[in-house]
Amino acid sequence: MWSIRLAISRRSYGLLALVGLLVPLLGWTMLSAFGGVDPVFLPGPHKVLQRIGNWALDDDLWGDAFISTLRVVSGWALSALLAVPLGLMIGSWRAVQALLEPLTDFIRYMPAVAFIPLVMLWVGIDEGAKVAIIFIGTFFQMVLMVAEDVRRVPMAQIEAAQTMGATRREVLEKVILPSAKPALLDTLRITMGWAWTYLVVAELVAANSGLGFAILKAQRFLQTDKIFAGILLIGLMGLAIDQLFRLLHRKAFPWLHGR
Amino acid sequence: MKIQCNNVWKFFGDAPKRTTALQAVNLDIADNEFVTLVGASGCGKSTLLRTLAGLETHSKGDVLVDGKAITGPGQDRAMVFQHYSLYPWLRVSENIRFCRQLSAQTRNRSSADVEAASGRADALLQLMGLTASADAYPNQLSGGMQQRVAIARALMGKPQILLMDEPFGALDAQTREVMHDLILHVHRLERTTIVFVTHDVEEAIYLGHRVVLMAPRPGRIDSIYEVPLPAKREQDMKLAPEFLQLKRQLLDRIRETSGMKTDLDQLQKLTQLAEERTPE
Repeated sequence: MWSIRLAISRRSYGLLALVGLLVPLLGWTMLSAFGGVDPVFLPGPHKVLQRIGNWALDDDLWGDAFISTLRVVSGWALSALLAVPLGLMIGSWRAVQALLEPLTDFIRYMPAVAFIPLVMLWVGIDEGAKVAIIFIGTFFQMVLMVAEDVRRVPMAQIEAAQTMGATRREVLEKVILPSAKPALLDTLRITMGWAWTYLVVAELVAANSGLGFAILKAQRFLQTDKIFAGILLIGLMGLAIDQLFRLLHRKAFPWLHGR
Repeated sequence: MKIQCNNVWKFFGDAPKRTTALQAVNLDIADNEFVTLVGASGCGKSTLLRTLAGLETHSKGDVLVDGKAITGPGQDRAMVFQHYSLYPWLRVSENIRFCRQLSAQTRNRSSADVEAASGRADALLQLMGLTASADAYPNQLSGGMQQRVAIARALMGKPQILLMDEPFGALDAQTREVMHDLILHVHRLERTTIVFVTHDVEEAIYLGHRVVLMAPRPGRIDSIYEVPLPAKREQDMKLAPEFLQLKRQLLDRIRETSGMKTDLDQLQKLTQLAEERTPE
């Protein structure tokens, strides 16, 4: 069972995954019920569930979830729109790499949060600002990851096309792009996760709706159960989107999955 | 098509740390000839092949194909790589037809061409024994089958020259034997000129009309050998005395030129010393 990389059956995998999810939940329940912890610090699962219920019924949970998703997806899509062509060029031409990669490397270490005052100054405090923060948080990482995906395309695939008479454009369109596509989709999936982590930060800026805003507001009133609810909801939505990406990966790239 | 290399030099790097990958290479390859390049690693055999393909530029000298200097890769010279050259997102038949969707091929294309090409793709599938795998993806095939696809794809554009860079290097010995006879068959049928790089001396003799032995530091042609075997090769010939003699000759020469000879001598001396020290 403990042999390195030993394959396990689907059933054992599912079972173990369930255990991995249930044990922390059980621990949480026990701790809040019998641990003598003040519910202000650690509300029990039932209280959090109740809070989610109230949020959905009495308050605007769907609206909050929707606007947050919109912000995350907009920021992420905007960075994808720019990062994919840019990364493609960095990964394909050394000159572009020399010109842009050190700069990108430099900027990506700058904390996105620290850009908030500047973003407010430049973009304002409406929706654009929230999208901009998420964009800053994901774009620079995404460019480098796309460039790396492109660089991983085997040279033999490129050279084979060249010896068949492919032009530079054809090499890009018919070899590099299709060859890198599965890795690109993974990069988009992973950066979508990062975009979600910047949501709360983005909703620090003059928001009055959204899951991140709800968490921040709950903090002010010490509604720990609502904080828990918000965090859990963000996690669940991220997980759902991640699974969608994985499904898309399986559907779009049958040669990688069907054996 | 014939190939001429006249005093071809290739340097890597800049002045102080410059290495000579190819030193004054002179080599003429006749139309429809099968030439194999062997030598220790670093002897420049792959560099020479890639120069012929137009994937690498040489520093000095002339590389001519039918009298014309090469300026880059071209459809007249197809290349087969050791691995990772197939397109995993395309099925076998689509891989083989890949060159048909390139503008170099779609320019001035008539409907008769399209028909002929479709016929050629089918013929190549059959020739390579791939008919049953036509709809498979490359990663569903064994290494040997994948190389068959790579060869078929290279032949699709009707190249006059086929350049092969250790194409069977990653295959097991049995598969390799089958591939040897297959490539000889292809050579007879397609009448292409073939330049074949390998580190396997036996492979070099079995396939080649001539074997070009290259030596490292600096990369250069050391010597050229005519293979004293009939044009039609059979596996049994690998045991013929003239085959074995050439094999020994080549192996010895490779050891001498690669500096392995001195290593072996050193080892022998050490063994002797050790034996002298051991009391009977």
